[in-house]
Amino acid sequence: MLKLELRAGSSRAMAYLSPLLALCLTIFFGALLFLALGKNPLTGLQVFLIEPIRNTAAISELLLKTTPLVLCALGLSVCYRANVWNIGAEGQLIAGGLAAGSTIIFFDHPDPTLSGSMVLLLACLAGVIGGALWAAITALLRDRFHANEILVSLMLTYIAQLLLMYAVNGPLKDPNGMNFPQSKVFSSEYLLPHLMHGSRLHIGFIVMLCATVLMALFIYRSFAGFRLTVGGLAPLEARYAGFSSRRALWTSLLISGGFAGIAGAFEVAGPIGQVLPSISPGYGFAAIIVAFIGRLNPIGTIFGGLILSLFYLGGEMVQSRLGLPSAITGLFQGMLLFLLLACDTLINYRLRWKKS
Amino acid sequence: MENFAALIAASINSGTPLLIAALGLLINERAGVLNLGAEGMMLVAAIVGFAVAHQTHSPALGFIAGAGAGMLMATLFAALALALATNQVATGLALSIFGTGLSAFIGQSFVGQSLQGGSHGIPFLKEIPFFGTAFFDQHWAVYFSLLLCAGIIGFLYRTRYGLVLRSVGESPESAHALGYPVLRIRYFALLFSGACCGIAGAYLSIVYTPMWVEGLVAGRGWIALALTTFATWRPARVLLGALLFGSVTILQFYFQAIGIAIPSQILSMLPYAATILVLVLISRNPDWIRLNMPASLGKPFRP
Repeated sequence: MLKLELRAGSSRAMAYLSPLLALCLTIFFGALLFLALGKNPLTGLQVFLIEPIRNTAAISELLLKTTPLVLCALGLSVCYRANVWNIGAEGQLIAGGLAAGSTIIFFDHPDPTLSGSMVLLLACLAGVIGGALWAAITALLRDRFHANEILVSLMLTYIAQLLLMYAVNGPLKDPNGMNFPQSKVFSSEYLLPHLMHGSRLHIGFIVMLCATVLMALFIYRSFAGFRLTVGGLAPLEARYAGFSSRRALWTSLLISGGFAGIAGAFEVAGPIGQVLPSISPGYGFAAIIVAFIGRLNPIGTIFGGLILSLFYLGGEMVQSRLGLPSAITGLFQGMLLFLLLACDTLINYRLRWKKS
Repeated sequence: MENFAALIAASINSGTPLLIAALGLLINERAGVLNLGAEGMMLVAAIVGFAVAHQTHSPALGFIAGAGAGMLMATLFAALALALATNQVATGLALSIFGTGLSAFIGQSFVGQSLQGGSHGIPFLKEIPFFGTAFFDQHWAVYFSLLLCAGIIGFLYRTRYGLVLRSVGESPESAHALGYPVLRIRYFALLFSGACCGIAGAYLSIVYTPMWVEGLVAGRGWIALALTTFATWRPARVLLGALLFGSVTILQFYFQAIGIAIPSQILSMLPYAATILVLVLISRNPDWIRLNMPASLGKPFRP
């Protein structure tokens, strides 16, 4: 019989192999899913996983969706390292997007007072501040009143979504928009510059890459990052060393909120180009999976971000080519996280055949 | 006066799914398992229950299917969190993400469909002025939830099995040393919780709305989780909390009805804001939580 046996020490190799194993298993179960839905599993997988990366235009869409996923996941990685369970990145993204959108709408009128790039810079700053402030509510309530950060950050996500709904139905509504709940479309000088002609990939992608490197330096090369990690791994030892757990809470949540906020700003000032009732198809939640797949390592989140971005595009492809609901993306996301958690058992345990 | 009675009835109606789900979660938390997948379990049960009720025209079958779906989801959680002793927070999140995806996937063809509400209430009693409208003109699940609450109080504090369940949540090592099958007890607790969340989800889609939209549960699974903390893990207080949240939800419709000039989106924030407020009030004294929380809540156990 197959038995789990405790390893002498946790396996470093397995920690990195586990996401790959989980991905392979997800693809296997995905094939079974297509089969169960009465489709040829190979065609299904080809449409879901290969079609979205068939040419450079498609790949630029993949990188476009990777940008918010990685930005949110970078912040979440810091939180989870510090053992702060922020699951409200979606709300922080919405708050950032709303702040950035409001900023652009404020400056976007026929006789401009500021140049386009200046407004964009302000909008991104507003996004960071909006997201960080939204996360600060969670930090404050956790720090001051010990309220559970999981539930608070999630409740704030629902509140942020309703706030966005209110904004597009009220103060930000386009007066010439035939009463649709959406803001006016931003003038082109207030949109993030594109990297290539004919692609929607914008400068935010480069910012994301730089942020990844900075975050890696912060986590692995700075004392503040070290303190955070120790606090998460060994709270008692961290306290003995005099590392403040309150500081870790605030630092990780503010960083996380800021990153999610700028992701929201990039979405609003990038591919969307206006404020809509929905500015994210759940990037903030998918980013939780990205962070875990990336092993809470900034470089790793890029791989995680590419996979989850592929799942988003795959869902759209499957809907248009095979007529299956695009919600299949959520199924693949859930399966991947489940299988990753299962495979992670192999970090501390090994499988052994035992005769009973 | 009759308006006030209707208000009470509506509050009970919207508090019921919270009560049923929170009572289930209370049982698995008392056994030491933190199940953050409540939202996912409720969503899947809501669509499965809705689909079955829609196809068979039998709400009762819908409820049974919902409970079954909840139990299946709970089994999935148990396979990871109990059998493989994975991190319960992450596993619960995974269950919620998976449930959100699965319910949207199954529900795509049911979006916008609705069910016909049947007649319910207790005959004769519901004819009583005021009290009849306020308390006796409800779906049977409402009365079931009250019985469930009483039953759980009896079970937890008056039976041997209740004592064993609580001991598994306080100190699984001691329970194990005494020869109790900790993991099996936790699995049964999870199955019960799955069934409860399932019935709660089915109530939302079959009785409360009664229609299907994506994300129908709208955070009620998370609110139910907050309720167990708010109730400091005691069933009678869960009942109180559920009624309180039920009235907060209804308050927004009431404000709209009497024409208070607050945008509907802001009013819709009320239940979520109330959840945060309640968490803050109950958690501000950490000793209080520490005294009442099952000591091994969220800690994996390996025999």
